Amino acid sequence: MEIPRSFLGYKRENGRAGTRNHVIILPVDDISNACAEAVANNIKGTIALPHSYGRLQFGADLELHFRTMIGTGKNPNVAAVIVIGIEPKWTKRIVDEIAKTGKPVEGFSIEGVGDIDTIAKVSKKAQEFSMWASEKQRQECPISDLWISVKCGESDTTSGLASNPTVGNLMDKLEPLGVHLCFGETSELTGAEKVCAKRGKTPEAQKKFMKTWNDYNDFILKEATDDLSESQPTAGNIAGGLTTIEEKAFGNFQKIGSRQFIDVLEPAEEPTKGKGLYFMDTSSAAAECVTLQAAGGFNIHLFPTGQGNIIGNPIEPVIKLTANPLTVKTMSEHIDVDVSKILSRQMNLDQAGDELIKSTIRVANGRLTCAEALGHKEFVMTKLYRSA
Amino acid sequence: MANTDIIIHDKKDNVGVVVIEKITPNQDCDCWIMENDDSTKIQSKNEIPLGHKIAMTDLNEGDTIIKYGHDIGKVVKSIKKGEHVHVHNVKTKKW
Repeated sequence: MEIPRSFLGYKRENGRAGTRNHVIILPVDDISNACAEAVANNIKGTIALPHSYGRLQFGADLELHFRTMIGTGKNPNVAAVIVIGIEPKWTKRIVDEIAKTGKPVEGFSIEGVGDIDTIAKVSKKAQEFSMWASEKQRQECPISDLWISVKCGESDTTSGLASNPTVGNLMDKLEPLGVHLCFGETSELTGAEKVCAKRGKTPEAQKKFMKTWNDYNDFILKEATDDLSESQPTAGNIAGGLTTIEEKAFGNFQKIGSRQFIDVLEPAEEPTKGKGLYFMDTSSAAAECVTLQAAGGFNIHLFPTGQGNIIGNPIEPVIKLTANPLTVKTMSEHIDVDVSKILSRQMNLDQAGDELIKSTIRVANGRLTCAEALGHKEFVMTKLYRSA
Repeated sequence: MANTDIIIHDKKDNVGVVVIEKITPNQDCDCWIMENDDSTKIQSKNEIPLGHKIAMTDLNEGDTIIKYGHDIGKVVKSIKKGEHVHVHNVKTKKW
């Protein structure tokens, strides 16, 4: 198949391109969720991104909170942003960073005003942003404007046999065309960590990967009451035939095909070393991982599943593929791409990779994913430790 | 092409994965080895559902399970060729 060299995206002020055109109402903290949701309810064409944190965090955990907020606002799938916080200082810090992209952004704080007057004031600005964004047109963008993140979930052995290698095949085909790629899931590389580290393009990338994995493993050994056998593999994984974390890890690892990663990113960190594959230090919980990747600037997501994960994200479209014929049958409304014919050998990986590329371009052009049509908008902050 | 009942990732692997809805006891199964596009046969001893593993050889306690050509855990209860391989007879070496 000849790979399409372009898609129809929204060109942004900073030169990036979006596959979506969202106007988001971003609460800085948990107690501003009510205002944000009221505004999004008032003004059509906007979405609120409520979440659970943002108060009394400190140190690296607070920095991660800011990075996630700011990165979400900067994502090219977002046309314009309204930030609402209880206090002006943290709100302004987020607004100022998002403003560097050149997109419309405005901050509001609730203290001394109250919810009702804030909602009225913010609604006026949100209406302006929504109507402004509605005039944006899709235009032809080079395929290198795609920043593709990947993460698998509710995996089973069909993931390692077929759906993850399909993603790997796509990576092998699209990386030479200049796309950015990102995989994560530090915990789910356990057992394959040494093999994965060898995929670092430079000794520095390899060393950074091993340090990230070792830090994670030390944390597990310190916090775990017995072991992770209740969580890794999960009950769903085990029902699907996965026996150990090592087996899960080698299956997971198929998603990067034969690619090498050029750098290791902090959670929600934006890559700065140019096109190519990056590893991001993330949890393996689906919504947390995709939220971090979206905050890193990725604009389309590929999600292979075995037993049938249903996750979506409010700003980054999540494309699901599965090779499990039972999941195709029982959960069809969640599956964008069916590659189950690989198991019956009626389809090979090359053909499956091509099918996935076609679907990725269609979604990049605007076709809704199953998760979008079903209203999945999981926005989940990663918390490193308890608040002060 | 014969119907494939079991797929084996790598020729070094000592387990295969069931890719039909289930295999029944004493079923003669056709296996496909992905790595070198080779074929082999095995007779099952248990009922094994889609996605679950079958032992391609006799395995003793302490042996290593190889899948994808890599170590994915240890045998904790001996397994006969053709038997179901899962959490009841294999454990991680990690935790």
